[in-house]
Amino acid sequence: MKTKKGLMDFLSENTFIHILFSIILGFVVGAAFLAVMGLSVGAAYGKLIDSVTSLKGFSYVVVYSVPYIVTGLSVAFSFKTGVFNIGAEGQFVVGSMAAAVVSILLPDLPKPVLIPLCFLTAMAAGALWGSIVAMLKVKWGINEVLSMIMFNWIAFYLSNFIAGIPAIHNTGSAEATKNISENASLKLSKEFIKSAGLATTANWGILVAIAVMLIVWFIIEKTTLGYELKAVGSNRYAAEYGGINVGGSILTALAISGALGGLAGALQLMGMGQRISIFSSQEGFGFAGIVVALIGCSNPFGVFIAGLFYGALIYGGSKLNLVGAPTQLISVIVGTVVFFIAISVIFRYLKYLKKTPKAPAAGSGKEAAKK
Amino acid sequence: MTDIINSIGIILYATLVYMTPLLYASLGSCFSEVSGVVNIGIEGMMTAGAFTGTVVAYFTGNPWIGFLCGGLAGAFFGMLHATATVKLGADQTIAGTAINMLGPGIVIMIAKVLFNSTDTPALKQGVQTIPKLFSGLFDTTTVFGRFMDNVFATYASTYLVFIAAIVVWFIFYKTRFGLRLRACGEHPQACETLGINVIAMRFACVCISGFLAGLGGACVTMTISTQFRPISIVGQGFIAIAAVIFGKFRPQGALLGCLLFGFCSGLKVVLGGSSGFNMQLISMIPYVVTVIVLILFVGKSHVPSANGKPYIKSK
Repeated sequence: MKTKKGLMDFLSENTFIHILFSIILGFVVGAAFLAVMGLSVGAAYGKLIDSVTSLKGFSYVVVYSVPYIVTGLSVAFSFKTGVFNIGAEGQFVVGSMAAAVVSILLPDLPKPVLIPLCFLTAMAAGALWGSIVAMLKVKWGINEVLSMIMFNWIAFYLSNFIAGIPAIHNTGSAEATKNISENASLKLSKEFIKSAGLATTANWGILVAIAVMLIVWFIIEKTTLGYELKAVGSNRYAAEYGGINVGGSILTALAISGALGGLAGALQLMGMGQRISIFSSQEGFGFAGIVVALIGCSNPFGVFIAGLFYGALIYGGSKLNLVGAPTQLISVIVGTVVFFIAISVIFRYLKYLKKTPKAPAAGSGKEAAKK
Repeated sequence: MTDIINSIGIILYATLVYMTPLLYASLGSCFSEVSGVVNIGIEGMMTAGAFTGTVVAYFTGNPWIGFLCGGLAGAFFGMLHATATVKLGADQTIAGTAINMLGPGIVIMIAKVLFNSTDTPALKQGVQTIPKLFSGLFDTTTVFGRFMDNVFATYASTYLVFIAAIVVWFIFYKTRFGLRLRACGEHPQACETLGINVIAMRFACVCISGFLAGLGGACVTMTISTQFRPISIVGQGFIAIAAVIFGKFRPQGALLGCLLFGFCSGLKVVLGGSSGFNMQLISMIPYVVTVIVLILFVGKSHVPSANGKPYIKSK
């Protein structure tokens, strides 16, 4: 039966359009909430757009995006192998703490040595965190979502514990670590920032994020490893039959994914934070990575754009207070976007309702978290 | 000796208080997971319940109306999750992630509008909070009496949750509804063949799971602390899910899991009071213990076969 392509076909077949549609719905729901609360939709969204479109605003967006892009890449990488890396949060935390410890204990190393060293230790710590979970899954069959959640909390308290050690802890009143060494900082020089009119926290972390994006794309698309990982992700049994070591693949994927999560932590620390506070609640960079990976369709370039988008929402959202709108509007918008992305088959479903009420609703949702 | 008995009493008290919200949420999680729907949105549903319960109790002055409304708020988010995952075949983990963002986002936004703050005002202790049963029944001047007071003079919600656990166990294993529920999680196609409406079953179960998670959330802000703050629910929902996996997807197993987590929290309260222990390391105990216990005792727990797989009705 041949029918003319309608709007529903267009929406259900084109992932990009589908995601765009979800984003629009997110803003519509956000607007509805604003309206119900008696706040001006125009003022809030106007502020959101205003605050990210100036040069200074945009440079803030770029700075904010760096950790989101890299955690997004971390989650996207694991998605490709069919593992849902909800543990990026913990990998981020151990990564940033590892980088902090190195730069605080070895402050006098020259910049070209210290910065790569911080990156490497952060990646090693993140990779370790990812591998432990993978080992638990491969060796003992322990549900990875559960153990990742546990390891997120272990990382959280471990980081707080390390931040309290006298050699690391700030001697002042701040409940945080000492500041990292100048030699480990990725910040641009103060004079340059002033003359160019950029964000005060401007740093060159975005260049690292771009490099990581290209490397991830290369691994996934151009190497045997990437091929094997994708094979495991799309059909575990077929991959095993084809001679791929499934357990080993999961281990590799989570180690690499963890390393990226750790690197994201180091970038946030060395670019923006400069020190790590004692947390009272999870900071959510890893969870943001999940959202970014979803919006970016797990495609490295898509994730990059999605990371910028998310950074813009978070930075713009922080300015919403100025017009009397709550910052949490952003969680509502993002939550709605993710909700509609999850319902990737809704459009297909609607199409069937509309056209062929008696035909079977074919197709099923993606299965990211296979047991 | 007196000190030891006192300490044990306090640990048991804290165990019971901390396990209560977890067990409500765990029982909820059992409903959803056993019927075949992964629900990691429990955390968001608990936050919604915690906020709604507190606010309703604050305005009505009646803790029980608040408690119930907390459950209903959880059920509302459960319904959202069910609509997405059961009716529309959405990816269950991602939809759950969305619930975890929407729940706190929406309630904190409402808090800002109602109270011009992200926190709610504190409830009046003993009037607007869930009452303690049997307080003043024991003679607290004796060691034994103090012990009994610590253990048994606890919140009504704690007694209620044990009853709820028994009821859930009964529903699961002694009723037709329970049999069907479990079958839906194992082999939905076979159920449909036998005339069971899988979609309706799962929809109901996810709503029930939201309701129970909401009650659990309300317990947190209406017993342990007396106000809702954005950090009231920090990971309890996930721990509740852990308890369910730990308990091999059975309500009685989840009860054990919650007791373990509650006990670790209790230990934290007692050890944290004395110097020489690092609070951060003690806080880590429940999570480390879970991982170790999973490695040593649980191994490959039997996950309901159809868990996580969207069921698409075919004709």
